[in-house]
Amino acid sequence: MTNSEKNRLKDKAFQVFGVFCTFIGLIVLAVFLFDIAIEGFSRIDWDFLTSLPSRRASRAGILTAWVGTLWILVLTAIIAFPLGVSAGIYLEEYSKKNRWTNFLEINISNLAGVPSIIYGLLGLEIFVRQMRLGGSLLAGALTLSLLILPIIIVTTREAIKAVPRSIRDGSFALGASKWQTVWNQVLPASFGGILTGIILSLSRAVGEAAPLIVIGALAYVPFTPDSPLDEFTVLPIQIFNWTSRPQAEFLTNAAGAIIVLLAITFLLNGIAVYLRNRQQRKVKW
Amino acid sequence: MRVSEKIIEGLLWLSAVITILITIGIIWVLLSESIAFFSEVSIVRFLTEKEWTPLFADKKFGIMPLVAGTLLTTFIAIAVALPLGLTIAIYLNEYAHARFKQVIKPMLEVLATIPTVVYGFFALTVVTPFLQGFIPGLAGFNALSAGIVMGIMIIPMISSLSEDAISAVPRSLREAAYGMGSTRLQTAFGVMVPAASSGIVVSVILGISRAVGETMIVAIAAGQQPRLTLNPLVPIETITTYIVQVSLGDVPHGSLEYRTIFAAGITLFIFTFALNNISFWIKKKYQEKYD
Repeated sequence: MTNSEKNRLKDKAFQVFGVFCTFIGLIVLAVFLFDIAIEGFSRIDWDFLTSLPSRRASRAGILTAWVGTLWILVLTAIIAFPLGVSAGIYLEEYSKKNRWTNFLEINISNLAGVPSIIYGLLGLEIFVRQMRLGGSLLAGALTLSLLILPIIIVTTREAIKAVPRSIRDGSFALGASKWQTVWNQVLPASFGGILTGIILSLSRAVGEAAPLIVIGALAYVPFTPDSPLDEFTVLPIQIFNWTSRPQAEFLTNAAGAIIVLLAITFLLNGIAVYLRNRQQRKVKW
Repeated sequence: MRVSEKIIEGLLWLSAVITILITIGIIWVLLSESIAFFSEVSIVRFLTEKEWTPLFADKKFGIMPLVAGTLLTTFIAIAVALPLGLTIAIYLNEYAHARFKQVIKPMLEVLATIPTVVYGFFALTVVTPFLQGFIPGLAGFNALSAGIVMGIMIIPMISSLSEDAISAVPRSLREAAYGMGSTRLQTAFGVMVPAASSGIVVSVILGISRAVGETMIVAIAAGQQPRLTLNPLVPIETITTYIVQVSLGDVPHGSLEYRTIFAAGITLFIFTFALNNISFWIKKKYQEKYD
């Protein structure tokens, strides 16, 4: 075999290996989803969705967990949305290029790399202890808001950056002030992108268990919360709790709860992808 | 008019400054509780004792078993994610059709959107029993399956960051390699990967940082037994799992046991902070500039 034949063979071999690697992740994903579906679907019925937690696996439901997850989702969105978008607008439209801005940017990238459990420790000390919120929905939502703030800021900036200079110049030329330009031109034009980022970050928040366990969210909450100051549990914590028990019936329950959690996560991601595609089709600068 | 403009700008500035307050808050919380901890337990004991048993009657405060557990699961995760992620990046860039890439990339990204507690369930109920089929000594909780599953979770992170780095290499370099008669494989490993090496290294460092801070997968599947070992087949405990373990229990606020989670937390924070900053530094210093 000549050298070039050998090289061509190696090239082909790597191609096969590349296909193998690309599909192995997807195959594992498929096996996993299939396994969950087999184990969990039989468990999902009206009772499972509307029952309170119980010591008996067959009677336990996920009512408190999914209601808690929805509460957390809404509260986190309300807190993180204005903060993150304002910070993004400041950095992209107002800040000057100097050391202070550079410092802000480095700090935000650093925050994005802080493990979620560290945010839990922050929330435990500041929101739970100092602000005396206890293991409440509000403490949980505040903690998760800080966690997703860097993601929202970064995606907001990218969305705003995509609005061309000429739109701003046109607005200024008509006599609009800086804020009028941002509010009436830049934000409407970038809103799709901003919304996509927020939904993606919320889908991250919905799946988080660790920081909420640290701030003291409980696995067993015998009622659905009525106000942001009530104690709560969420789906990921319920799944963790059931997975940690030795009895097989609880694993089936966990699989059922996972299907509901994945449905919420995939739904949020689906909406985000849809919005992004629509935005890309619609906007032609 | 001018006044309200100024007020709005002030409010926007304030939201940006909150991010700095978060960092200060994290450092302050971790430091103040850890200082209280280290006033009772010397830092020498913390770093040199070989056991971690703060919740037992005979208390030992050596962080090394938790660090060993964290590094072990991280190492396994990277050993899975780096070869797979890098091969995927190269394959998608140098071999695959653009259409194929367009379909596959979002599918791989799905791996990154699945909540980690779900991965933990997967590691415990699918991967461990599967591996026990041909590794007879494998315990029900172990670093191996937790690490492998963590690696699968990190694949999209490494593959997409490496892919960005490789596709930032200018076409002319690739064409020059082809012009010299190289195969795609020789072009990939002889030209593209070296040219994109800083970006690839950054992707690996960020992957390590992610794995070090990962909590739910290891809390579910790797066990809660701090031990100083590099054996991937037995139960271990990571720093993050310990924090979860204490949080689930009823440890009174202000006690020494309560403070251990902040001492563990600051150790974790130092690791990830260092890794993230190394990656920024590499990105800034070594990123090749092509025009």
